[in-house]
Parts: sequence; C-alpha cells; structure tokens
Amino acid sequence: MTTSSTSQNESPESPEKKEPEVVALAEAASLEPGATAPGGAEPPVAVEALPQGTSLWKDAYRRLKKNRAAMASAVILAVIVVGCIFVPTFSSYRYDHANLALGPTPPSWAHWMGTDFFGRDLMARVFFGGRISFGVALTATFMSFAIGVTWGGVAGYFGGKLDSILMRIVDVLYTFPFLIFVILLMVFFADQKSPLYSAFKAVISPFVESSTDQSHYPIFQLVIVFAAIGCISWLTMSRIVRGQVLSLKSQPFIEAARSIGVGPGALIFRHLVPNALGPIIVYTTLTIPEVMMTEAFLSFLGLGTQEPLSSWGLLASNGADAMDYYPWQLFFPGLFLAVTLFCFNFLGDGLRDALDPRMRKD
Amino acid sequence: MISYAVRRLLWVIPSLWVVLTLVFFLVRVVPGGPFDQERQIPEEVRKVLEDYYDLSAPVHIQYKNWLVRLVLHQDLGPTMRYANRSVGEIIRLSLPYSAQLGGLAALLALCIGVPLGVYAATKHNTARDHVAMGIAMTGVSVPRFVLAPVLILVLSLKLYLLPAARWETWRHMVLPVFCAGLPMAAYIARLARAGMLEVIRSDFIRTARAKGLSERRVILRHALKGALLPVVTFLGPGLSGLLVGSLVIERIFNIPGMGRYLVEAASNRDYNLVMGVVLVYGVLVMVLNAVVDILYKLLDPRVTLE
Repeated sequence: MTTSSTSQNESPESPEKKEPEVVALAEAASLEPGATAPGGAEPPVAVEALPQGTSLWKDAYRRLKKNRAAMASAVILAVIVVGCIFVPTFSSYRYDHANLALGPTPPSWAHWMGTDFFGRDLMARVFFGGRISFGVALTATFMSFAIGVTWGGVAGYFGGKLDSILMRIVDVLYTFPFLIFVILLMVFFADQKSPLYSAFKAVISPFVESSTDQSHYPIFQLVIVFAAIGCISWLTMSRIVRGQVLSLKSQPFIEAARSIGVGPGALIFRHLVPNALGPIIVYTTLTIPEVMMTEAFLSFLGLGTQEPLSSWGLLASNGADAMDYYPWQLFFPGLFLAVTLFCFNFLGDGLRDALDPRMRKD
Repeated sequence: MISYAVRRLLWVIPSLWVVLTLVFFLVRVVPGGPFDQERQIPEEVRKVLEDYYDLSAPVHIQYKNWLVRLVLHQDLGPTMRYANRSVGEIIRLSLPYSAQLGGLAALLALCIGVPLGVYAATKHNTARDHVAMGIAMTGVSVPRFVLAPVLILVLSLKLYLLPAARWETWRHMVLPVFCAGLPMAAYIARLARAGMLEVIRSDFIRTARAKGLSERRVILRHALKGALLPVVTFLGPGLSGLLVGSLVIERIFNIPGMGRYLVEAASNRDYNLVMGVVLVYGVLVMVLNAVVDILYKLLDPRVTLE
C-alpha cells in the first residue's frame, strides 16, 4: 500500500533534481506506516520538505562543517583513535616487550619514536597508552554527563528542600579529599583477596583462557581507577547544570511550556537542558582533558596506570624524569596528550557555536 | 541576604562533621595499621604504642575521644609516623607555603584569565579571538608536569634566569606560581569568554548600546558582571583543584608544603595526620564553596535561592 503510493508520488517529479535531504525525508515519510494517508501522501511530504523543518541537530551539523578548526580537530582525533585501535595490534613490537640489550635509543627507522629505558618500542607503547587514556576519559566523561545533568537538572528545577539536600550531598562529596579517596579505594578494593576482584574474574572468565592469570590484575586496578574518577567528575557538571536551570526556569518559555501541560521530566530534559547545552558541552569538552589529566596526575604519583601497561600520563611522567638525556621519551607522549586535548577543546568550542540556539538568527 | 550568607556559612559545620566522621571510620576499616609496615615490633611495644595513640579502645570510643579533643582543645593529636611532632605543628609549618603558592597562582589565574576571555569575546570570530583562545587552549592542554620540567630546563638550567627549586625569595616563586596558575588561567579565560558571549547577545546589552554608551562602558559596567557567573561557579572547585594540583608543583620544585602529607599520610595509615589534612582541606573547600554561592546570589539577582 505505502510502496505503491510512493511510486505514484515520486514518478511524475524527477527525483534526481531534488536535494538529497528532501528525498531522504520523502522516503522516511513514505516508509512509516500511518504517516501517509491513502491518496493523500503529498501534503505531509511537502510540509516536511520546507526549509524551516530542519532540526536543531541538522542545523548545528551544517554550521559545524563550516568551522574548519573544529572539523580538522575531529579528523585528527579520528586518526589518533584509529591509530590507537590498530597500531598496537599490527605493530611488529609489543608494548611490553623489553629488549634490555638495546636500552634507550633515539628515534630511528626500526623504532620511529625511539625506545624507552628497557628497550621497549615507544610507538607501540604510546598507541597502547592511548587506548587506556581514551578509555578512562570517555568512561568517566560519560558518567559525569549522565549523572551530573540529571542531578543538577532535578535540583535546579524542583528547588526548595530537594535542591538543598541534593546540593548538600554534592558539597560533601566535593570536600571528600579525592586523593585519599582514591588511595583508600586502591588499597581496600584493588586487592587480590577483595570481593571485587572475584567479581571481576567472574565477569572476564568467558572471554579469556584463564581468569586466574596474574596479568589481568593491572587491568582490574585500572577499572578501579576508572570508577573512582568517574564517581567524582560529575560534581562540577551538576553545579553548572543547576546554575543554568536556575536562571532559565524563570523565563517565559518555560512558563509557556508548563501552561500547556508539559510535565516536570519533559520540562527538564526537553526544554531546560537543551537550552543549557552550550555550557554543558563546553564543560563536557573540559571534562575529557580534565579526566585525562587526572589519570596522568595519578600515574605521576604512582597510583594510576601500573607498569607494564602504559598511558600517556605514565609515559609523559616517566619521560619528564629522563628529559635531560632522553628528550624523545617526554616529547612523543607529551605531544599526543597535548594534541588530543587541544583537539577536544577546539571541537567543543565548534560544537558550542554550532549548538547554541540563540545564535541561529545571525 | 545577610541571613542567607550566615545560614550558608553555618551549613559548613554539619557538612564538615559528616566528612570527618566518614573519613575517621573509613581509614580504620581499610586493612593495615600505622605500625604494620615497619619491621616486626614486640607485642609489648605495640601495646604501649597503641595505648599512646589511643588505638586499643573500641572504634566508637576512639571517635568520641578524638572529637572531644578536637572541639574542646583544638588538638588533632600526635602524628603516628613523624616522631615527637603533633599534627597541628606539621600543618602550621607546611600550610603557609601551600597557601602562598595557591593564593598567588589563583590571583595570577584571575588576572590573566578574565581579561583574556573578555577580550576574546568582544573580538568574537576574529583573528585576535582565535589567537587568544589558542593561547588559552595551549594552557589547558599542557599538563603541569610537562610544563614545569620544560620551563626548568630552559629557564633555570640553560639560561640561568630563575632558581630551579625551593621557596625563598620572589625569584623562587615565579616559576612554581606560573606553572600552577597557567592551567587555571586558561580554564577561566574559556569560561569568561563563553559567559561573555551569552551575555553580550541579551536584551539589556542591546538597550545599553542603544542609549549610546561607549562599547567600553557597555562591556565593563553592564556585561562583565553577568559574564563572570560561570567563572564564579568554577572558582570553588577550581581553587580546590589548584590545591591538589599544586601537589605536583610542590614535588617538582621541592616546596615544603602540605601537599606531600596528603599522599604520605594515607599510604602510611597515619590516622591522625589524615584527619588533620582532611580537616584543613575540608574547611578550605567548604568555606570557598559557601562564598561562591553567596557571590553568585550577589552577582545575579535573577537567581532565587529560597
């Protein structure tokens, strides 16, 4: 029924002259059962194809494409991510393969980024470290986003006692000395006898040959670091979202939405949060480098990623110790860390300019 | 307004109590004690030690004793790993260094960050905006422990311009303060720019321009206050982050601040010192957050806090 109406509808007009978006919309509309009334397929398609029908996100994407710095950053980030996925797998050196006879050597044809103190190939280590740095950053940032936006949105919208209680919890968590918290977590839970390690072994057992293999222990410690950083990085996000919601909720468009019967959940997530997206995105892009830094900072203190695993923070702090004699050991990890953070920041700023609805007029 | 400020500041006391109580029991739950890491000590000696440090009583009695001593005598007790030194003494000796470093770095961050961000926003989407934000992004992207060794190598070890370590004259302070403050300055610049861009498009700014005020006056007298809101929100966590971040700086420049006790105390299970450091850190952060909330209210009359 719907397919026949589509063919009737499209055959008179020449489809190749239409813009691709219009075709896509027409197809989407016609494929949706119920969207096309028999014989009356034309009006909904025509209405949807009008230019003012573009969504906020499509509009934002169009603007983002015009921002060369942001697009270049996205491309560089994509290249680095692809490198982190494939280089450690296809490199002829393993990240943890030591060659003590070789020792530290400067960059050469055999080792493009040189080798470290134990003769391990730095390029394999840098890209392997990238996996961990990205993993930590994305996991913790996602947690920060999900928890922080909900928490801050609810606190700001409902106000009163609930706001007081929620923000008091945030205040108390803020003051919890993060370093001591992580040390406690590492000592208490990252123990071979802890119940969490048994749980971890149970989870990974279907995927590995032997779940009691000692080489999985550093990975378990890493998971604990992920969780610790994720648990504390949503606090600032919730404060920012609350601040935004507080100053937005007394504006007329919220009153208008409430007056037509929009419920609190929809008000927070469909009206207040999207209007606060500018600051939320700016802060999210600040969270990714911040989390990467935190991981690096913990590694600097010997609490984060443990040898023989690597992360950019661990490599850079090892390199900083040896920079008088082996500067390349600081240069490459530092460069990758800085370039990645730089690109996230540029991309975030581009997103901000693209997503801010108040900029749509100019 | 004043009653709000007083109430907000008074809230610090119960919050602080919750944190201290939580940490008190948590550090004692974690396996291992302050005397486990040394060579085996005889049972009698251990007993004397535990009596001296009030560790032999049940935990809730220890808690009561600790709290009573803190509230009535302002005494945090002896440290468990530094012979013959009290926690209060260690904090008195080390806190001034950390406070100077943190205060100067925060001041530097504000003095660089706010003008840079506002300037970039007024030149939105021009080459100057891009240059200013490029500088800010470099500041955000280079970790302190990469920046500091590079600056030491170039300015101290190669050019002999500034001392490489310690905390004595102003010449010693330049590098650590700069390295500690730069990332925060860059954050503030970005937030100030974002805030300014929001404000600059609002109706009251258009009105201010329409009545013929000079651009300078519009920005400084009308827009700046609103643009500072995101910066003010960031100040509380930013300053406490600076406190932790200066840990790296203190270690690299060998400054005898409080930072090193933060890690050492916890890994040594020095219960009393942990509590002391948590107390100082908690008071600082909680009072700062309270002040930020009060400032927020002062700056933006649209915000209703009730």
